Amino acid sequence: MSYTEATVQLLSPQGSLVESAATEEYLPFIAELDESRLLDFHRQMVVIRRFDIEAGNLQRQGQLALWIPSLGQEAAQVGSGYAARPQDHIFPAYREHVVGRIRGLDVMKIIELLRGLSHGGWNPAETGNFHLFTLVIGSQALHATGYAMGQRFDGVVGTGDPEVDQATLVYFGDGATSQGDVNEALVFAASYQTPQLFFLQNNHWAISVPVERQSRTPLYLRAAGFGVPSTQIDGNDVLASYAVSRKNLDAARAGEGPRFIEALTYRMGAHTTSDDPTKYREDEDVAYWSERDPISRYERYLRAKGVGEEFFRDVATEAEDLASDIRRRTLELGDPPASNMFRSVYTDAHPLIAEQAAWFAAYEAGFEEATS
Amino acid sequence: MTERMMPMAKAINEGLRAALRNDPKVLLMGEDIGTLGGVFRVTEGLKAEFGENRVLDTPLAESGIVGTAIGLAMRGYRPVCEIQFDGFIYPGFDQITSQLAKLTYRHEGTQSFPVVIRVPYGGHIGAVEHHQESPEAYFAHTAGLRVVSPAAPNDGYWMIQQAIASNDPVLFFEPKSRYWQKGEVADDGVPAPLHQSRVVRTGTQVTLVGHGAMVSQLLQAAEVAAGEGTSVEVIDLRSLSPIDYAPILASVQKTGRLVVAQEAPGNVSVGSEIAATVAERAFYSLEAPVLRVSGFDTPFPPAKLEGVYLPDVDRILEAVDRALAY
Ligand SMILES: Cc1ncc(C[n+]2csc(CCOP(=O)(O)OP(=O)(O)O)c2C)c(N)n1
Ligand SMILES: [Mg+2]
Repeated sequence: MSYTEATVQLLSPQGSLVESAATEEYLPFIAELDESRLLDFHRQMVVIRRFDIEAGNLQRQGQLALWIPSLGQEAAQVGSGYAARPQDHIFPAYREHVVGRIRGLDVMKIIELLRGLSHGGWNPAETGNFHLFTLVIGSQALHATGYAMGQRFDGVVGTGDPEVDQATLVYFGDGATSQGDVNEALVFAASYQTPQLFFLQNNHWAISVPVERQSRTPLYLRAAGFGVPSTQIDGNDVLASYAVSRKNLDAARAGEGPRFIEALTYRMGAHTTSDDPTKYREDEDVAYWSERDPISRYERYLRAKGVGEEFFRDVATEAEDLASDIRRRTLELGDPPASNMFRSVYTDAHPLIAEQAAWFAAYEAGFEEATS
Repeated sequence: MTERMMPMAKAINEGLRAALRNDPKVLLMGEDIGTLGGVFRVTEGLKAEFGENRVLDTPLAESGIVGTAIGLAMRGYRPVCEIQFDGFIYPGFDQITSQLAKLTYRHEGTQSFPVVIRVPYGGHIGAVEHHQESPEAYFAHTAGLRVVSPAAPNDGYWMIQQAIASNDPVLFFEPKSRYWQKGEVADDGVPAPLHQSRVVRTGTQVTLVGHGAMVSQLLQAAEVAAGEGTSVEVIDLRSLSPIDYAPILASVQKTGRLVVAQEAPGNVSVGSEIAATVAERAFYSLEAPVLRVSGFDTPFPPAKLEGVYLPDVDRILEAVDRALAY
């Protein structure tokens, strides 16, 4: 499944703007961006790729239990991430590190999660409404839809006030489209006309299973069956990801109901550090997609616009700085106290947990007495 | 204190109405609960009174109901979901056990999930497959959930309000065979805490413990036993997670004999847990092993066999006799 006639692309692989009848409605969103935001797109993509590589190395060195790379999917994520307004809520799957970063998440929290220090690790109220990762494939789609139902019930949709109106953005993968929860989320979203954007990153693989096993029909076409308007985009084109997400999130906030984007991209790395993609995919495939790399394409665009070498040097330095900062902080991490295990199982007091926590503390103390 | 006679279905309805009135964040969601008022009419009249944004006739999808309730809870709502029948909770099982139950832990306490899941459960109604089950042990086994079951109208009225006020997820199992039995409901006064078990008949020789519809069977058995000269104490568990052991242990210290009864299959059940805990904590008080009276470890049988599957007064009395024989 690759680009089709319907795929919206604003930036050609050569890095020039595509001006056509198909792109006309989206180009104004790009035209209104100031230069610093255009540079942010690049900065975030480059920095997160460096972070990703560093985290992968840390895993190889035994510092992390697992790493989940996002290599190759930077444009899909950065464009859509910047399309959200501060008051919007974002429900990620588990690969959207850069979206969290855009919203203000310290990506060290993701390192801690995958080191085995937490099951979540951040408070969405403090991370720009970027919610926790969800590892059960597709579950978060329903949480997002419920959240968006609440936004509608609260009357923060379609008021026309750009500071008030909200939407919910949910990420999921091509494998997730086969899950009941994603399908149920689309049913509920259509039924309650939620202010919501379903953002599918079709990276062509669900671990070792190709997208053709999930669907015989281009995935964006499925949305029509739910009564949800959809668009297929070139997911390696950060400008398309931004502009098409902007348009659809604006529509959702305006009260026009849920929308669906299928971003065609490619998982350049392994599924996770536990995976060996050489067992199931061809080198030619990877080569095809590396020619469509989201970062080099966008760099060509920026250079053609006259962005100078100094900017690219600064970005490279920022990426190196983040990588060494992450490495240093990872090596400093200790283990959590055992008592953490009993915390926050419930919000209200709970006698069984209190009893077990007390028993365990006494049990541990018994060893200390024995050795002192 | 004013008291009114009403059936449990009506008492829960009034409890839901009070909760909807008292807190604009309370929402009801489920299949057929709005215009129809639910297949058991527990939500009758509530959509008309509170509107379709407070009482939601949802699409027919249990995972969808629970999953969207979780999102609504993140938004500050207190959703009350109805699962139409016990045997239809399983399509929502993943959202209940992997999401709802664990999200407070995952959020390290920065976010609460006050979601109530109402489940009409249990047998005695002669229905087709999937309509008479007792799945409460799955949820009592899951960290992060609370599980309760009222046995009488007054508890139906108060416990549903307490469950909604709880900041944790609560599975609220409604014994559907008791929906139409009337009892007194106190409109005011101070209700017992949600997770307290309660002695509902005092006695001295054998302790009987059960929950939901089983409580009325236990009371009948106690009456018959009294006629035969045996004094039986009956405890209504009310809460299955956490279990309030204090009244049970106090009773066993007095009687020395315990029979635990439930409609659910006995293997790895709430009754097993009580038996194990009482053996651990009241070993020297026991004059006899703790005995369990349960549904059999078979699927719930076709309706014409439910009378022999479900524990009845005779099966309870048989266990009482066995306990006394030690
Ligand atoms: C319900 C469930 N089943 C299986 C898994 C194991 N698993 C983790 S990721 C994955 C593939 C997901 O593919 P996709 O939705 O395309 O997302 P991607 O990993 O490509 O971003 C599988 C099978 C899981 N996490 N959850
Ligand atoms: Mg995929």
